[in-house]
Amino acid sequence: MLALQGAFREHVQALERLGATAIEVRTPAELAGLDGLMLPGGESTTMDLLLDSSGLREPITAVVADGLPVFGTCAGLILLATDLEDGTRGQRTLRALDVTALRNGYGRQVASFEAAVELAGDDTPMVGIFIRAPRITRVGEGVEVLASVGDEPVAVRSGSIMAATFHPELARDDRLHACFLERVTTHS
Amino acid sequence: MTERAFGQNAYNDVFDEVNGMSEQGTMGVKSGLAEMLKGGVIMDVVNAEQAKIAEDAGACAVMALERVPADIRADGGVARMSDPDMIIGIQEAVSIPVMAKARIGHFVEAQILQSLEVDYIDESEVLTPADEAHHIDKTKFTIPFVCGATNLGEALRRIGEGAAMIRSKGEAGTGDVVEAVRHIRGILGEIKRLHGMDPDEVFARAKELQAPLDLVQFCAREGRLPVVLFTAGGVATPADCALMMQLGADGVFVGSGIFKSGDPAKRARACVEATTHFRDPAKLAEVSKNLGEAMVGRSAKSIPEDELFAGRGW
Repeated sequence: MLALQGAFREHVQALERLGATAIEVRTPAELAGLDGLMLPGGESTTMDLLLDSSGLREPITAVVADGLPVFGTCAGLILLATDLEDGTRGQRTLRALDVTALRNGYGRQVASFEAAVELAGDDTPMVGIFIRAPRITRVGEGVEVLASVGDEPVAVRSGSIMAATFHPELARDDRLHACFLERVTTHS
Repeated sequence: MTERAFGQNAYNDVFDEVNGMSEQGTMGVKSGLAEMLKGGVIMDVVNAEQAKIAEDAGACAVMALERVPADIRADGGVARMSDPDMIIGIQEAVSIPVMAKARIGHFVEAQILQSLEVDYIDESEVLTPADEAHHIDKTKFTIPFVCGATNLGEALRRIGEGAAMIRSKGEAGTGDVVEAVRHIRGILGEIKRLHGMDPDEVFARAKELQAPLDLVQFCAREGRLPVVLFTAGGVATPADCALMMQLGADGVFVGSGIFKSGDPAKRARACVEATTHFRDPAKLAEVSKNLGEAMVGRSAKSIPEDELFAGRGW
């Protein structure tokens, strides 16, 4: 669990509810031996800076390229995207997931919302909490849409990489986390 | 806009029902933004240039205000909401959340800040209170509120009025961390005591705390506040930030400490790194090197009782 800044504690609780062991990662040493990696919501500009100062950017890029399963939410999705619209000057992503993300795609906090999210292959929708959420404005070839609100993709997967624009960890609905852990189990 | 209660079962079960509609201004999205700010530093800025420095240094949000608390303290007079034009300039300069302060009880300043679409409103004791009996009814707003508190009863009263985030008050504009420590220890210590109580003792404690029973019961049951708890008021160095995090704060407000220091950009960045790596003394030593002069500061004890900010609000 990347723990530089943001709502990482709630993800750790979700993983623990599902019987997984989660450790907080703030240094390259803590990255060793993981079976999967989660990138939490928070401020993507803050995390961008801390990825460099902590020395984590290179090792994370390497393990992601090696196929380590990764799940990012909100700012985590921004960190994974290949392309950003309207990124803050110099903001760099890990370029691991072929989507274009628009930061604060719905506007400021006043536009933050809750909505029912439809999961692919599951009749029961989940509560999506969207906080100054990014919008996925382009879905690359081979990227599967896992969840949507209306026509809008809000969770996607490509190979070992999963990402959502909203916060399943705040809604305490662990279905996407379970989906991620399945991939972790297969991989390890 | 619908407000949801924090009742005995409501808070944890709030998300159990999917109503199939998109809804703004819910407690979920209000407190959710505070959740995203955790582990971060929120910095006071008085213009767009400072806001940009704060963003580039890794601030997770900025607080737009006309004068930092140290200057409010020095200048005296009545401190009010900032000029909307200054707030708009800051909103245009940065992509991180922009917060702004309204006077305690001044719901019209809050209405104005909501119309500007600031991301959070701080109903703040640093400004001169507008009402000596009533705080703002924060349930009426789509924009979330953060409020100051010196103890658990005060924090829970604010949450009862709709606050979606609490910051311990400390004593703003002093650069003296002692009050911030007192308040965070007070709030978290009281929660620990509640958590160890029999449920039938909690009723009497709620009466003593003068706080809503359901919120006191939440703290007793869960061992935490129902919303995110930041700390503020006198935090001036990276070591101060890490101290507050080790004491259990979810994140840190640094007010006058950054832009009243010799090298704001460097100190801002050091505070951000210290808040992330708060348990790593070697890292803290590294980021604390050569920061230039800290704000001069003023011991909180040297301030006359009637000039203290923390006593404002109730």
